[in-house]
Amino acid sequence: MYLRSDQPPQGSRLSLRVAVLGGAALILFGILFFRLWNLQVLAGDEYLAEAKNNRTREVKIIAPRGEILDRNGEVLVDSRTSLALQLNTTKLPEDPAEESAQLERLGELIGMPLRKVRRTIEKEEEVAAGAPVTLKQDVRFELIAYLEENQAEFPGVTVQRVFVRRYPNETLAAHLLGHVGEIDEEELKEPDYKHLEPGDEIGRAGVEAGYDRFLRGEPGITRIQVNALGEPTPGGQLVSTAPTPGENLKLTIDAEVQAAGEAALAAKGFGAFVSMNIETGEILGLGSYPTVDPTVFTEPMTQQQVNALYQDPVTAPLFNRATEGAYPTGSIFKIIPALAALENGVITPEETIYDPGSITIGGQEFRNAGGQPYGAVALARALQVSSDVYFYTLGARMWDSGELQDWASKLGIARWTGLDLPEEAKGLLPTQQWRDQLYKEGGTDRPWSIGDNVQLATGQGDLQTSPLQMAVAYAALGNGGEIVTPHVALEVEDTAGRVLKEFEFGVRRKVPIDPTHRAEILEGLHLAAQVEDGTGVPVFGDFPIPIAGKTGTAERVGYGDQSWFAALSPYPNPRIVTIATVEQGGFGAESAAPVVLSILEEIYEKQVSEATTAVEAE
Amino acid sequence: MTMYATRTRNARPEPFTVHVGLAERLGLANLDWPLMVSALGLTAFSLLTLGQATQNDVPGSPHYFLERQTIYAVLGIVAMLAVMRIDYSRFRELRVGIYTFLCTSIALVFVFGFAARGSRRAFELPFFSFQPSELGKLLLVLALAGFVIDGARRGSQVQRTVRYLCLGLAPAALVFLQPDLGTSLVFGVATLAVMYFGGVPWTHFAVIGGVLTALVALVLVVAPATGVPLLKGYQEERLTSFLDPGEHASGAGYQQNQSVVAIGAGELTGRGDKATQTRLDFVPERHTDFIFAVIGERYGFGGAALVLSLYALLFWRALRITTLSKNSYGTLVAGGIAVSLLFQTFVNVGMNLGIMPITGIPLPLLSYGGSSVVATFLAVGVLQSINVQAHLSQKGRFAW
Repeated sequence: MYLRSDQPPQGSRLSLRVAVLGGAALILFGILFFRLWNLQVLAGDEYLAEAKNNRTREVKIIAPRGEILDRNGEVLVDSRTSLALQLNTTKLPEDPAEESAQLERLGELIGMPLRKVRRTIEKEEEVAAGAPVTLKQDVRFELIAYLEENQAEFPGVTVQRVFVRRYPNETLAAHLLGHVGEIDEEELKEPDYKHLEPGDEIGRAGVEAGYDRFLRGEPGITRIQVNALGEPTPGGQLVSTAPTPGENLKLTIDAEVQAAGEAALAAKGFGAFVSMNIETGEILGLGSYPTVDPTVFTEPMTQQQVNALYQDPVTAPLFNRATEGAYPTGSIFKIIPALAALENGVITPEETIYDPGSITIGGQEFRNAGGQPYGAVALARALQVSSDVYFYTLGARMWDSGELQDWASKLGIARWTGLDLPEEAKGLLPTQQWRDQLYKEGGTDRPWSIGDNVQLATGQGDLQTSPLQMAVAYAALGNGGEIVTPHVALEVEDTAGRVLKEFEFGVRRKVPIDPTHRAEILEGLHLAAQVEDGTGVPVFGDFPIPIAGKTGTAERVGYGDQSWFAALSPYPNPRIVTIATVEQGGFGAESAAPVVLSILEEIYEKQVSEATTAVEAE
Repeated sequence: MTMYATRTRNARPEPFTVHVGLAERLGLANLDWPLMVSALGLTAFSLLTLGQATQNDVPGSPHYFLERQTIYAVLGIVAMLAVMRIDYSRFRELRVGIYTFLCTSIALVFVFGFAARGSRRAFELPFFSFQPSELGKLLLVLALAGFVIDGARRGSQVQRTVRYLCLGLAPAALVFLQPDLGTSLVFGVATLAVMYFGGVPWTHFAVIGGVLTALVALVLVVAPATGVPLLKGYQEERLTSFLDPGEHASGAGYQQNQSVVAIGAGELTGRGDKATQTRLDFVPERHTDFIFAVIGERYGFGGAALVLSLYALLFWRALRITTLSKNSYGTLVAGGIAVSLLFQTFVNVGMNLGIMPITGIPLPLLSYGGSSVVATFLAVGVLQSINVQAHLSQKGRFAW
């Protein structure tokens, strides 16, 4: 024991204890210095970056989406600004009672019961968790002023200037244009959308989806310096990048043609039409009925509206019947067996076939519509009066050669057309191999028979094709064998109207067609549309522009007859193909032909009025 | 008889000795000047940092903390100058009174003290709030050292050890109940330090260490597992969150995480007025517990290392004084002060650097706060007094 109070402490035991303590202190200071060096010198840059990131908040400035215009510059879709009341749910009070109270007060202000506020929040969280929830759009200025004055009472509530799609022509071209919607979690993972965030809008269908990358702008960013509470600090606006508005898209569509087609179709019933330039594949008009005003997608929908849009299999208003509808086509298909037979030497234009009104092939009787006999008919006459017996015979002659299917396929039946919209159906071309395979698998009661080909030659039976595919096939006949790519996009323009990009849709493939065969078929179609007892004459007999056209009446199991009409105009050097179909519309001339007529009247408006004046002058 | 190695060195002229005539008249003779330099240097750093970093903290008075800390520092220096003229040995005679005052003042806080953030630890005085437990750190050392010397020959070694522990842990327990975990730990460490210099055998420390380890395990692991929480929830979270700060990034670990980011961001040379972490409220308590983070971010490795060096200097000089003391009482007092300063420095800086738990221990002389600054200067004054007395007692023996 070295303690003696009045004398200096002595002895090696004290010096040992001092040395031990000194050593410990050395280690402790060593640890601090080492840690300090590590943080500041070795990893300093990382922490500096973190600190810089810490003090800034990025505020997104939404970019307006580009406009969609028709080929003449008429606006089909644009955007309007709207003040949206948004709620950042992470800033709501944690206490459930306080949260409810705040939501209730907020609900009162915007005229929404608490239950509905909660439902809106839940719904939006499902789509995009973490994004601010839009409670109400088009908020009044008085309300905004009130909220700003009482900000403390409403944490997390902000008013954001948003852009809302506007459709000045309401339902016009609705299927073609598509609509926009908030990106969902699955889509966020797709590479196309890799820079997007929850809450961003993307094109959801039609042109909006197909050309989203042009239409969607790039949001701007304001970086604000904030303190630890996330409040902006005075003078703390650091950087601003202006938003880049989306580019405008000019379509090949002619709004007037589109409107004429839609109006005529709506008067006839469910169906579709398409009108296309046969040289370029530019679509002038493409419509489907029933339709919908895409404005509904910009507003919160009731369950009833959702059901009507998505759940009704009969009306299916979002279904684009022109591109997604797959039907048998009836007699408008006849140009294909005609081409196949002529090109393969199965028949010559002059050879006549006797048509007594019906024919028995393979023990089965096939009849003309109404059993009408036409006597001895050659190709042009057979097309004019739509002699089924003539084409049954062609079908029978080619029943196991595959020549008919080969030509149908070459002309684009049951193949992707290359359309620049996301919605398209492939369809079905019945072939011997397909049916035999199906039979082997037990999917049908019999293998391929001659009757199947006989049916196909008149566009009946198992055939499923879309109005658009038929338009491509007719275009090939009209242009001498080029399979064009149907498309709706013409060019991309900046906001000032300067052209940034012109779309090039080339010819997909060439199918050589003998010019005399082409001329022969076109003549038959012209006779059918406009001469004497042609099937289209009741509709087109007085139409001043010469056309080549064909009626069709397709038999659909479980439905009434489907009306078709296909027209190449003007005859004999056609530039435009126009096809219409009306579900359960009866004979071709009854409902589809009048729709085509309305479209052609619009396209040839000038010539038609000149011709009418000339007739009146006489 | 073995002499201390340091003792022989005293024969050499002190490099920091000022002119004796003038210095003696001013009462500045026989001081340990490196100790003085470190204490004043740290104070200067405190004033500089508070002046630059807290300008926007109190709306309308940019120098709020600077002005008050300056007053505290002046008061502290005056107190230090007064104490170093007194022979510290007088405190040994006053040990019972000091100890009584210590315990009473802390106990009175429970009655008259005002509560801040759920803890009752200070009296509200007209000018500033007085926190007895800060002064208590010094008082405990002064009293306990007296008791150790006094009782050196009474009872067995084990009885003595238990007695010292009880004497030290009684005020520590009072402080713990305020609740002020950090300060009660300092009390505990000061007690152990006095015992250490008082010659308590190593074996006893080993036993104490074992018991402590078991206690920590009991409090942090066993008690929560059995549903008997001995620590308040926030205390436990603070103590353990530094082990995995990422896990508590927005809770208890948030402060520490922000502090580490602030220090790291200071890099080699510091960010000066661009020190956003500590300027924009990301680091809490930047004028008190986390002032080291401000220094780290503002002045970089250079500034932070200089501050650490000043503390190392302070500790070294304090430790050196334990060996110079003219009597054992001085050795024990100097040792107790030295260790409690070292402990506070290490725990606070370690907390700022994210390697020690958050305990609310201020950084001596740097953290804003009157009680802490004055009490620390008083402690430095006592150290100086021991140094002065050591020199005076040698004057007869060594003519220099």
